[in-house]
Amino acid sequence: MIRKSGFLYKSLYILQKDLHQEFRTRYAINAILLFAVTTLVVVSFSIGAAELSKNTLSSLLWIIIFFSAMTGLSHVFVREEEQQTADTLRLVASPSAIFVGKWLFNILLLLGLELILIPLYMVFMDMTVGNLSAFTLMIVLGSMGVSSVATIMAAIISRTSAKGALFAVLSFPVMLPVLILSIQGTALAIQGNSISAGMDEIQMLLLFIIVIVTASILLFEFVWIL
Amino acid sequence: MKIFTFFWMVAVIIGSLYLAPEAAGFKSTSRVIFYHVPMSWVASLAFLVAAISGILYLRTKKLVYDIWAVSSVEIGFLFSILATITGSLWAKVEWGAFWNWDPRETSIVVLLMIYAAYFALRSALESREQKAQISAVYSILAFITVPFLVFVVPRILFTLHPQNPVFTTQAGKMMSPKIKLVFFSSMFGFTLFYYWLLRLRVNLERIKEKML
Repeated sequence: MIRKSGFLYKSLYILQKDLHQEFRTRYAINAILLFAVTTLVVVSFSIGAAELSKNTLSSLLWIIIFFSAMTGLSHVFVREEEQQTADTLRLVASPSAIFVGKWLFNILLLLGLELILIPLYMVFMDMTVGNLSAFTLMIVLGSMGVSSVATIMAAIISRTSAKGALFAVLSFPVMLPVLILSIQGTALAIQGNSISAGMDEIQMLLLFIIVIVTASILLFEFVWIL
Repeated sequence: MKIFTFFWMVAVIIGSLYLAPEAAGFKSTSRVIFYHVPMSWVASLAFLVAAISGILYLRTKKLVYDIWAVSSVEIGFLFSILATITGSLWAKVEWGAFWNWDPRETSIVVLLMIYAAYFALRSALESREQKAQISAVYSILAFITVPFLVFVVPRILFTLHPQNPVFTTQAGKMMSPKIKLVFFSSMFGFTLFYYWLLRLRVNLERIKEKML
C-alpha cells in the first residue's frame, strides 16, 4: 500500500494536481499538439512526394518530437512561477516529490501527444513500421529520456528572465545522447528488426534515464529552493 | 611561475618546429598535434574544473567557487574554439574538407554549445546567488552527459581521428621518442598556461566583485 505521508503518495498527488489543472485549461496539451501537427504538415508539405529512407523517417519524427517537447514541457514549472503558486507548492511537499510528480506529468503529456502524432505521421509520410512492439518500446523509452532532461531544464529556466528562448538552448546539448539513440533505435524498428537487435540502444537509454533522473533529484533542491 | 611558463612554452614551440621529426605518412602538418591535442585537453580539463567547482559551491555556498567555475568555463570556451580552428584547418589539408562530422568534431560542437548555453543561462539570471547556484547545477548536469556522448556518438559516425594515439601500444610505436618528448612537454606547458590564466582571471573577478 502507498502510505499517505510517503514520498510516492506525494509525487502522485502532485501528478494528479497537474493533470486536473491541465484538463481544466488544456493549455499545454493544446499548444504542444497544435505545434506538433503544424510541424508535421510543414515537413510533409516541404518533402512532397519524395521517397525517404527509413533513417530519414526516424530522424524527422524525432525532430518533430524534440521541438514539440521544447514548446510544451517547460510549462509545468513556468506556470507555477507565473501564477505565483510555487511558494505554496514549496510548503506542501519535498523537492524530490515535486520533481518526480512533474516528471511523470511530462512523460504522460509527451506520450499523449505521440498517441495522436505518430498515427498522423504514418499517414502523412506513408511510413510502415516493420516491428511494432520494438517501435513502441523505442518511442516510450526515448520520450522518457526527453522528458527527464526537459523537466530539470524546465525547473532551471523557470527561475530565469528569458524563459522561452533558453529552454531549447539548454536542453539540446544534454539531450543529444537520447536523440541519437532514439533515432537509431527507431530506424532499426521501422526496418523490422526485433527488440534484441536494438538491445544496445535500449540499455543505453535506460542507463541515461536512470543517471539523469538520479542527478536531477539530487540537484533539483538547489534549483527549487533559493 | 609566469616566467617559467613563458620559457617552457617558447621551448615547446621551438621543439615542435625543430626537434620533433615529421610523423610517418604526414608532412609538416603532423606538428599540429603539439598544439591541437593540448588545446582539446585544456578544454576538457577546464570543464571538469568547472563541474567540480560547481559541486563545491553547492556544498559550501562560497561565492569564490562560482568565480572559479565561471573563469574556468571562459578559458575552456576559448580553448575549445582554438582546438576547433586548428583541427579544422588541419582537416582541410589532410582530409580535404574543413568539416566532416567526425565523432570528435561532434563532441567539440556539443561542448561549445554547452559552454554557450552556460553563458546564456548566467546572463538570464538576476541575483548573484541565483547565478552561482543554478549555473552550477547546469554545469554538473551537462558534465555527466559527456561520458554518454563519448560512447554513443562513435557508434553512428565513422571516426578519422586516431584512437588513443599515445597510450595504446600499437599506435604508440608510431610516435618516436622525440615526438613523445615534445608532445608531453607541450601538454604540461599548456596545462601550466591554463592554470596561470585561470589564476589571473579569478583574481581579476575577485577584485571586480570587491569593488561593486
